[in-house]
Amino acid sequence: MTHTSRHLKLVGAALLAASALVAAQQPAVPAPQTGVSGRISGESSGTPPRIAVPDLLALSTDRETTEAARTIAQVLWDDLNYEREFYMIPRDTYKSIPAAATIDTVPFDRWRELGADAVVIGTVQRAATGIRVEIRVYSVKSRTSEFGREYTGSAANPRLYAHTMSDELHETQFSLRGVARTKLTFSSDRNREAVVGTVERRDVKEVYVTDYDGANPRRITINRALNVFPNWSPDGRSIIYTSYRTGVPDILISNIFAGTMETPTKATGQNWLPVFSPDGKRIAFTSNRDGNPEIYVMNRDGSDVRRLTNNPEIDSTPTWSPSGTQIAFASGRTGTPQIWVVGVDGAGLRRVSAESYADRPTWSPAPFNEIAFSARSGPGFDIKVLNIEKGETRQITFGEGTNESPAWAPNGRHLAFSSTRAGRLQIFTVDRDGRNIRQITRDGNNQTPNWSQ
Amino acid sequence: MRKAKALLVLVLLMTVVVAACNKSKPPVARPMPPPMTSGGGDTPPRPPEPPKPVAEPTIVVPPMPADDTISSRTIDELNRDSPLKPLFFGLDSSDVSAEGQQVLQANAAVLKKYPGMQVTIEGHCDERGTAEYNLALGERRALAAKNYMVSLGIAADKVKTVSYGKEFPFDAGHDDNAWSKNRRAHFVITAK
Repeated sequence: MTHTSRHLKLVGAALLAASALVAAQQPAVPAPQTGVSGRISGESSGTPPRIAVPDLLALSTDRETTEAARTIAQVLWDDLNYEREFYMIPRDTYKSIPAAATIDTVPFDRWRELGADAVVIGTVQRAATGIRVEIRVYSVKSRTSEFGREYTGSAANPRLYAHTMSDELHETQFSLRGVARTKLTFSSDRNREAVVGTVERRDVKEVYVTDYDGANPRRITINRALNVFPNWSPDGRSIIYTSYRTGVPDILISNIFAGTMETPTKATGQNWLPVFSPDGKRIAFTSNRDGNPEIYVMNRDGSDVRRLTNNPEIDSTPTWSPSGTQIAFASGRTGTPQIWVVGVDGAGLRRVSAESYADRPTWSPAPFNEIAFSARSGPGFDIKVLNIEKGETRQITFGEGTNESPAWAPNGRHLAFSSTRAGRLQIFTVDRDGRNIRQITRDGNNQTPNWSQ
Repeated sequence: MRKAKALLVLVLLMTVVVAACNKSKPPVARPMPPPMTSGGGDTPPRPPEPPKPVAEPTIVVPPMPADDTISSRTIDELNRDSPLKPLFFGLDSSDVSAEGQQVLQANAAVLKKYPGMQVTIEGHCDERGTAEYNLALGERRALAAKNYMVSLGIAADKVKTVSYGKEFPFDAGHDDNAWSKNRRAHFVITAK
């Protein structure tokens, strides 16, 4: 019981953060109140459980409630499908199965007939603060509820209820950290504003944030300049990026909840491609301050700057190892850009890629020890993943459009990247095995994604 | 062709004359002692002829030579049809070619002629490089152009650099022709 309530509190805190981003003006957050956790199993061991997610039951007849009932079911289905731990029974195959009259009266025979191992039954009703959502996951075989939650909160973003359920279900059933409540940040010209003061038309690029599935886009920067290569702080409260708002590239930090900004470099030279260390205290970046693009590390407040590379060729695009002790980067020191690794203390420099051109190394979270990167392939680029221990490289995309700027999901199971495969430059996500490609953005050109922790 | 050359020489000469007139003070006759009238029957020495006043040159409005329009045009107008030409680079390269050197020599000559002129050299790249690495490559291109200008005697503080990587292509195409136009150091006049 102690363990459960602590768990629920933690979830509440995470929800608070997520909800503040989605609808800062809404104080009410979905607060889980109940918890039952049994194991849902498939037909036989090794078979993923077959699960059905029919529309939730709207216990109030107003439009907001009925729409929430439908939205939550669809989004939950999508969220669960994303991690591929369940076999998701297509929602249109059980339209004819009558809705449960109450959350406790489920027509199990019909679900059994469909071949479902589990069915999600839930209700939505109006509450003083917004809506109350109750959810149960029944084992069709045992006819018992193996997972139960009740949430109350704002009706402004019903998707968040589904994301929370999905993450909690993955956690309890598979000890898996789902990504349903994570966010993507990227750079976009969707606002269609032009840079001021140039004779050619040049499109402004601003930093945006969306849910992991592309919903709820929000603009972060408003300076009518190039704002590119955004990167999350580990606590999800800040975004660090390269901004040209002063006319040259420099590092800015936007604290997205506080609405404040930090300028750590104090305009020393030109600085770009900043990334937070895993503990959020240090920043690795590229700078020309000594006359040539080199890799540097500094504290978040700009103090204690240390130069990591010293080479007449280009050194660029740093990324931290999960432990924060090593940095991978791209260097042209052997004639073409390749991925190199060096200790944060400057020791142990070594080359790890053997491509015709490799850039944007992105170190995976533990337990995977991999570096994703962009590799030149024909006239464009493809995403590849290097297993550092084995020294093996596998390809994720295969020449459909040009594919660049990979970024790992916090659970290491997915990658976001930018691709021209659908025409304009858009953000896509893909699973670590190259399957399950999803288009995330559709408006304008969108590039250089980064995934929140 | 010959006629054009003659006209150019004439225009240049006139420019020199006009410049000379503007800069030096008009000649003034030096005061001379009065001629001696008494004394020997010799012919008194003739005073030297007073210098002839230099005729004011007739002001003819010549067709404006191309670079004189610099002072009369706004910075935006200049950048729209710039006297400073871009130089182009090879794939993945920031080396200034022989052709590029000629472009930079001509650009340096313009900067020398207009000492108030300040420029920013923008480094641009084609889409065959990554968004990330291209920022460094563009920086190296802009810097290579700047360093060559400085070697020609242009003060380093007149030339700023900035890299845009592949963010602002000049040609939106996806072929060799577009790519070759997008690998450039592009000069923007910021003051004149």
